[in-house]
Amino acid sequence: MKTTPDNSGDVRLSGISKTYGSFTAVHPLDLTVPEGSFFALLGASGCGKTTTLRMIAGLEEPTTGTVRLGDQDVTNLPPYKRPVNTVFQSYALFPHLDIFENVAFGLRRRGIKSVKKQVEDMLELVQLGEQARKRPHQLSGGQQQRVAVARALINHPRVLLLDEPLGALDLKLRRQMQLELKRIQTEVGITFVHVTHDQEEAMTMADTVAVMNGGRVEQLGSPADLYENPQSTFVANFLGTSNLIEAEVDTKNGDDIVLKAAGGKLVLPQARCSAPTTAGGRVLVGIRPEKISLTHADDAGRIPEGRNRLTGKIADASFIGVSTQYVIDSPVCDGLAVYVQNVERDGRLVPGADVVLHWSPAHTFGLDAAQRIDAGTEEEVAA
Amino acid sequence: MPFVNWLKRRLVVIAGLLTLAYLLLPNIVVTVFSFNQPKGRFNYEWQQFSTAAWKDPCGVADMCGSLSISLQIAVWATVGATILGTMISFALVRYRFRARGAVNSLIFLPMAMPEVVMAASLLTLFLNMGAQLGFWTILIAHIMFCLSFVVTAVKARVMSMDPRLEEAARDLYAGPVQTFLRVTLPIAAPGIAAGALLSFALSFDDFIITNFNAGSTVTFPMFVWGSAQRGTPVQINVIGTAMFLVAVFFVLTSMVVGNRRNKHKA
Repeated sequence: MKTTPDNSGDVRLSGISKTYGSFTAVHPLDLTVPEGSFFALLGASGCGKTTTLRMIAGLEEPTTGTVRLGDQDVTNLPPYKRPVNTVFQSYALFPHLDIFENVAFGLRRRGIKSVKKQVEDMLELVQLGEQARKRPHQLSGGQQQRVAVARALINHPRVLLLDEPLGALDLKLRRQMQLELKRIQTEVGITFVHVTHDQEEAMTMADTVAVMNGGRVEQLGSPADLYENPQSTFVANFLGTSNLIEAEVDTKNGDDIVLKAAGGKLVLPQARCSAPTTAGGRVLVGIRPEKISLTHADDAGRIPEGRNRLTGKIADASFIGVSTQYVIDSPVCDGLAVYVQNVERDGRLVPGADVVLHWSPAHTFGLDAAQRIDAGTEEEVAA
Repeated sequence: MPFVNWLKRRLVVIAGLLTLAYLLLPNIVVTVFSFNQPKGRFNYEWQQFSTAAWKDPCGVADMCGSLSISLQIAVWATVGATILGTMISFALVRYRFRARGAVNSLIFLPMAMPEVVMAASLLTLFLNMGAQLGFWTILIAHIMFCLSFVVTAVKARVMSMDPRLEEAARDLYAGPVQTFLRVTLPIAAPGIAAGALLSFALSFDDFIITNFNAGSTVTFPMFVWGSAQRGTPVQINVIGTAMFLVAVFFVLTSMVVGNRRNKHKA
């Protein structure tokens, strides 16, 4: 079923924007989704990701810019003339039609007479062959979700759009459907554009993730790239957890920048800093919690040379099976998060203990200090 | 206290049966008296069993003519009010236009106004326009007061409809017409059907407004009213019973069809 790559499944958005009165939902943005990829638009609610998706579907008219599928400009085509199908957030299954007719809807509208074989095959693909004559309300949430996918996929769209398709499912089912959707995408080879606010979901499923914030794309890249090299505090905080420490640029040492933070010294590779680094300027030093090692203050001498170090006191420790999550107050910054794998547990690492946090400079990243340090954290997003 | 316990357990059933009896008793009386053979001109006292009236339902002069007029008016009023009312409902729910709020409240005025007042003012209007009173004036009046009922029924349905369903249809290659016929209309259908049924019933037995605006045309309710002063032929009960049976038949059929469909789908 895999189509030959002729780029007809590329989605190219150029200068596309959407404003409602004085409110700008999407600022002019350029985006190319390569054919056959699983692309995720990730962001908190109201960041413009759904509006972007609806402009690709044709359900929303862009204020400026063009939408192209391959070489075809579809900006002015109504949704029913675009070779694009959508899986809606609440599924939007037709309540007055049974499952079979729901799935057959697109084929029938295009005047295809013999739909039985195709519909049955499609229902097999999503494992719902037995339910063909039921009404949508008689199915469970997960089953309805699969019907919605089948109803869209049966039309062999060039691009499948998914608008928070797993939002209404419970956690376990969501994990299962993530794998299921990934399997289907690999099987049919169609370009998927997936909108979600769940960073884990985006990272598990997508080849490429575009992180959106306030109607703009903050950063675009593979899940690993976004996680390891965030370019803004929003991305650093929204994807997983980051410890961000304010520091002052001291000197440059070859490819490294040496920083001062509360009397201590931290080293940051120049290549991993997205902020301007003039001596005396301020930057935010970022480090992921699982990259940090904890050593009890009594053993500080055994820490190898060349690692970044901070001193601190354990404020809180929670054991969660595979790892233990510590909260550490340091003179540099309160509430640093550290995740330690439960391989060899040091019995002295309990709340109140003095510790040294240390990590390889290569794992450090640098961000512009002019941004809000809490952008993209749960508290900030909820506010 | 076995009796009290027995009563406690069946209280709901007994209350239900009593309510049903209260609702159905008039119909039973009408049916029973359709088999009466009255002595005088009034069918108010039971005399003896007879099927004479059932064998000759149109035996009374002018009665079946008035029945036919009533049925025609009811059908056309239903069609007119349902189409207009459905369009008004969609406009009120879907579009934002100037004076939408005013239209929203004004549409319910016919429901709230005393019928006599409306009847008299309509007559004034028709007379001033120089309109010939009769079939058409009755029909116009009926469509007017049925409209508000249709709008009430359909609007509730359209408001609860998920707008994403229509987006989904458009996304699945249905153009505007197809979307309306295949998705919007079928989903709104129960509301439209309820509005249509209400219109038919309201139009068929309206007396006050019809009486004012009928001119020399005589509808069935007017006929019954007129003859009640001079004597009530048994045939009136026959028609009443027949109407009741037709309604019961429709209700039962729709229930059977609904049940069968549910069983089939499950």
